[in-house]
Amino acid sequence: MGKLSFDYSIPKTLLIKLSGDWHMSAGLISESEVTSQLVSHPDIVQINFSVSEDLKWDSGLISFLLRLIRECGQKNIQVALKELPQGAQKLLALALKVHEKTALPQKAHKSFFEEIGQKALQVDEGLRQALDFLGDIAFSLSRLIRGKVFFRWDDFMLLIKRCGADTLMLVSLISLLVGMILSFVGSIQLKMFGAQIFVADIVAIGMVRVLSAVMTGIIVSGRIGASFAAELGMMQANEEIDALKTLGVSPVEFLVVPRVLALVIMMPLLTIYADLMGLLGGFLISIWMLHLNSVEYINNTQHAVTLNFVWIGLVHSFVFGVIIAVAGCLRGMQCERNAAGVGKATTSAVVTAITGIVIATAIITFMCQILGV
Amino acid sequence: MDPTIRPVIEVKGLDLEYDDYVVMKNLNFSVNKGDIFIVMGVSGCGKSTLLKSMIGLKEPSRGKVLFYGKSFWDEDENGQQNIMRRFGVLYQSGALWSSLTVGENVALPLQLYTKLSGEQIQEIVALKLSLVGLEGHEDFFPLGISGGMCKRVSLARAMALDPDIIFFDEPSSGLDPINARILDDLILELRDGLGATIVVITHELASIFAIGNNSVFLDETSKTIIATGDPKVLLANSKDPRVIQFLTRGGRKDDQKSQ
Repeated sequence: MGKLSFDYSIPKTLLIKLSGDWHMSAGLISESEVTSQLVSHPDIVQINFSVSEDLKWDSGLISFLLRLIRECGQKNIQVALKELPQGAQKLLALALKVHEKTALPQKAHKSFFEEIGQKALQVDEGLRQALDFLGDIAFSLSRLIRGKVFFRWDDFMLLIKRCGADTLMLVSLISLLVGMILSFVGSIQLKMFGAQIFVADIVAIGMVRVLSAVMTGIIVSGRIGASFAAELGMMQANEEIDALKTLGVSPVEFLVVPRVLALVIMMPLLTIYADLMGLLGGFLISIWMLHLNSVEYINNTQHAVTLNFVWIGLVHSFVFGVIIAVAGCLRGMQCERNAAGVGKATTSAVVTAITGIVIATAIITFMCQILGV
Repeated sequence: MDPTIRPVIEVKGLDLEYDDYVVMKNLNFSVNKGDIFIVMGVSGCGKSTLLKSMIGLKEPSRGKVLFYGKSFWDEDENGQQNIMRRFGVLYQSGALWSSLTVGENVALPLQLYTKLSGEQIQEIVALKLSLVGLEGHEDFFPLGISGGMCKRVSLARAMALDPDIIFFDEPSSGLDPINARILDDLILELRDGLGATIVVITHELASIFAIGNNSVFLDETSKTIIATGDPKVLLANSKDPRVIQFLTRGGRKDDQKSQ
């Protein structure tokens, strides 16, 4: 630990002897010992230093000396640094150099109602941006159809693979398990009426009509939507999107449209695959654990699934594809240009997509009810 | 130089490869206490890869990096951590954590590796920031300050724990000549003040001649060191056309001398 000793042999001058370990790892030493010496000797006008051979120092000593110099400045006491180690003198000179200060941005205080008003305006702004973005995508799609867009087919095929084949394993697992769960849960009630065979109807209608699409939507929003947002967010942060703009290429045409198309094409296909996996999951549980007759189960499934239900499932999946792709790309394009911004964009993409999926499901179900399908 | 005094860093027979691609081979040099040691060479020659293997981010294919006689890559995790605590790194991009304020960026190493109280840490943070000319900037976020300021904050963070060695990766990149000069002066002042050993990876000629007292020149073609020594002496005495071409910006020696 650092040590201080005091010498008053020169009139009106305090000689401070520094010795020991002044490394900051040993803790910072307070200047109060020196201050109390100055209080008990009010005639002191100058402080000199001497250092012993065993003095070890780093920023711990510098911070002590800085505090002391500032304290002495207030009391008009001169501090002579010339006997301090050369390095310490240089660091003190550097630390005491007066630099031009940059004004800190002032935080404006806002009242509670101002905060609420601002949030409400942000919702409006967010909606406007989302609609603008949808408009941009629609316009770019029309240009694509007219063959006026520079479209990289290789990239598009890679996106198709990412949205489809690369997601299959996860979709298989989740759909199989959801089919099994439906089968189990359904059988608990139906067993009481001796109508266990209608498990097949529950699994078939539930999966084909809505559940496959919703589960696939949730998986895809976590896997693909998030990756779209992170990818575009990083491109925004690295100024890659600015580079496209200055090249005269619309980032929506070059980056967003291929992603939206790839996901809108692959979502219905993934949903059909999820339907099959869900039906398989229900079938396996019904045969092995509920001991239902397999032929009877298949017959019931065939009767339960109508083409209308398949179409309803496909409409769901198409709408979800649009929601996930647009949410992912929109959040990516809105991303702040830093690492935290990319994280926020990714989270926001998933939250927006899942919220959108639930709202869209409610709307489609309500419309089907009205249309009687 | 007293032969009994061991160099701070020794690089012995270092081979650097990415899979089958050889970046550099058979690198040998040593850095002495108080040196401002320049690693120079053309862009893409492997300077940053060498830095990565010196600061523990990329294990070399062969060879050793010794700090105070201890081979970094032969140490266990604790040994490597102990060596790492003795050096600070200023990355090319500044690499400040964007979600933390300037003050929090400098405070984090102190919170992790010292037992100082919150108030004492704030005091050291203020000291480090004042050393780089940024006193009172604790509450700024990295995005709210200029590139030159980011580099200086990064330097304050690199020296938060008073390291014996500070590595600089392209310190002048992205800076205007005035800010680059300010940073060069700061490197010199901090070397003298902290007594630290400094290793600078750069290809900026102005910085090389302003601060370097020892150097190695990495050659892209032969994939090894082709010149060592004080850059100013190399400029005056080197006969190797690759070194002369680099140190004179592709021109002749007379061009450089006349500047």
